[in-house]
Amino acid sequence: MPDPVIRIEQLNKSYKTSAGLFPALKDASLEIKAGEFVAIMGPSGSGKSTFMNILGCLDASTGGRYLLDGRDVAELNRDELAVLRNRTIGFVFQGFNLLQRMSLQDNVALPLIYCGVERDERKRRARELLAKVGLEKYFNAMPNKISGGQQQRVAIARALINNPRLLLADEPTGNLDSLTGEEIMNLFESLNREGITIVLVTHEANIAQYAQRQVRFFDGCIVSDVPTAAGATA
Amino acid sequence: MMLAMLGEAWRAMSANRLRTFLTMLGMVIGVGAVVLMMSIGQGAQYAIKQSISAMGSNLFILLAGHTSSRGVRSGSGGAHTLTVDDADAIAELPGIQAAAPIHPGSAQVVYGPNNWNTAIIGTTPLYLEARSWTITTGSAFTASDVRSATRVALIGKTTAENLFGDEDPVGKTIRIRQSPFVILGTLAAKGQSMDGRDQDDTLIIPLTTAQRQVFGTEFPGSVRMIMAQTSTQEIMPAVEKEMAALLRQRHRLREGMEDDFFLRNLTAVANSAAESTRVMSMLLGAIASVSLLVGGIGIMNIMLVSVTERTREIGIRMAIGARERDILMQFLLEALIISVVGCFIGLLLGIGVALMVETFTGTLVIISLSSVIVAFTVAATVGIFFGFYPARKAARLDPIEALRYQ
Repeated sequence: MPDPVIRIEQLNKSYKTSAGLFPALKDASLEIKAGEFVAIMGPSGSGKSTFMNILGCLDASTGGRYLLDGRDVAELNRDELAVLRNRTIGFVFQGFNLLQRMSLQDNVALPLIYCGVERDERKRRARELLAKVGLEKYFNAMPNKISGGQQQRVAIARALINNPRLLLADEPTGNLDSLTGEEIMNLFESLNREGITIVLVTHEANIAQYAQRQVRFFDGCIVSDVPTAAGATA
Repeated sequence: MMLAMLGEAWRAMSANRLRTFLTMLGMVIGVGAVVLMMSIGQGAQYAIKQSISAMGSNLFILLAGHTSSRGVRSGSGGAHTLTVDDADAIAELPGIQAAAPIHPGSAQVVYGPNNWNTAIIGTTPLYLEARSWTITTGSAFTASDVRSATRVALIGKTTAENLFGDEDPVGKTIRIRQSPFVILGTLAAKGQSMDGRDQDDTLIIPLTTAQRQVFGTEFPGSVRMIMAQTSTQEIMPAVEKEMAALLRQRHRLREGMEDDFFLRNLTAVANSAAESTRVMSMLLGAIASVSLLVGGIGIMNIMLVSVTERTREIGIRMAIGARERDILMQFLLEALIISVVGCFIGLLLGIGVALMVETFTGTLVIISLSSVIVAFTVAATVGIFFGFYPARKAARLDPIEALRYQ
């Protein structure tokens, strides 16, 4: 068996509110191995987005341990976390989060600026990835000139540009119609077949069917963790 | 890396052109004002320095006292209390380098068909020394010319131009009140005196010649003024006292009697004029730099707005791997570009206006490299100083909160 990419031990996260501490995650424990495709499900407010933000090193837990590739992220400083987000993790958001003032090519190449890749190489790799997600005709287009599905493809290309081991997607199809959503899921599926570990949050059952494993959250707790039909046949 | 960041800064700035322009305008006006004020100030200081060095250094002027006859007072120089002997005695004082008796006047001067009314100074060769006035062509007259009252003259540049045009005056004969005078030499140009008179509009002739043959005097041996020069500026106050004491003794003035002469320290007067110009130009510079400060605050204000507006963008950048220093650099660079470009335009504007001032008002302006360097350094410092706080604020944002910002 391959080593776990992600190992979560009794993870807790609570927010300070005017009514006191609100626990968003309660003692969540989970292990995700390299090459897995995991869907995280649950109703809104169940803590799945909070969980994803912690996995993506965007947010910090208030208790428990999170080991990414065997390293405890609680021991890393802000810059080391930034390097993780840059090289090890690719994040895909529900709202795409592209920079509107930049061309698609520049959007995709942006993470490479933060690890010092030369301009020509940045351009080459950005074009390569845009071609991979089927947008070879739109290198210099601006984000507001293309459809939502296309924007999400650009966001995926951006997440992949530094060859991350882990791709995290928070409701990537939430803003898309079902047909476009299926296209995006097919893309995730083929990426997973290439060996990249994917963790995806969704509340749509048909989307979760693409994963090999479904983890269900309720009230901040992991309530079930089962293989899907796709996982069972894999 | 740097190039990519410059490109991004440029993109951010061109996304909001009017705002960038207005922010820059603050710097433009600030730097322009500083450069303009410094140029005018330095020009004024230079003009004062020129007139001081033209006047000669460490100078005293002694004027004869005044008389009063039936209630009409003559004004200083009207009495005949100073003599050539006084000048000789002053020259003997320790610390005195030169003492020249002077008989000034003015007369119509004729050369061929041309005539010109000019200031005539009757004096000794020591006068040239005291005023550090050099001869450009020909030679000066000597002490023996003074002793034998020869009719020779040194001619100032303005007078020469009016009488001789392009001709070389040396060796030519002019007439002063019908008497022929030979021009021995031409005087170096001195320009304006501190009170604005043209010092080159003059003729210098031997004292004795002036007194006996040109102006005449009822009291041979008396002079209107004496110019005295000390060897250093430091001893001037001490020498001033000694000179006054010597003259009182020579003029047999008892204690309690008023001086029958006026003694003035020209150098002190000149220095205080220079000092006040210096203070004035410093003041102008200080007031101008206030506008630079205001420009800097404008940059900070806009950068703060920009950071708030772009909170989400900062969040996205952090999510894909921007470190604190990447965000810091991005915003700092924007502030720096605004201030440096603003500074450059301000520099051009300041220099342009300074040149216009010079052309249209004739005020001397000096655009020195130092003022350009000062303006640039200050602008860069202002950019970094006022850009740093907003940039740090951006860099310290929490990624998840920045991403959630709407």
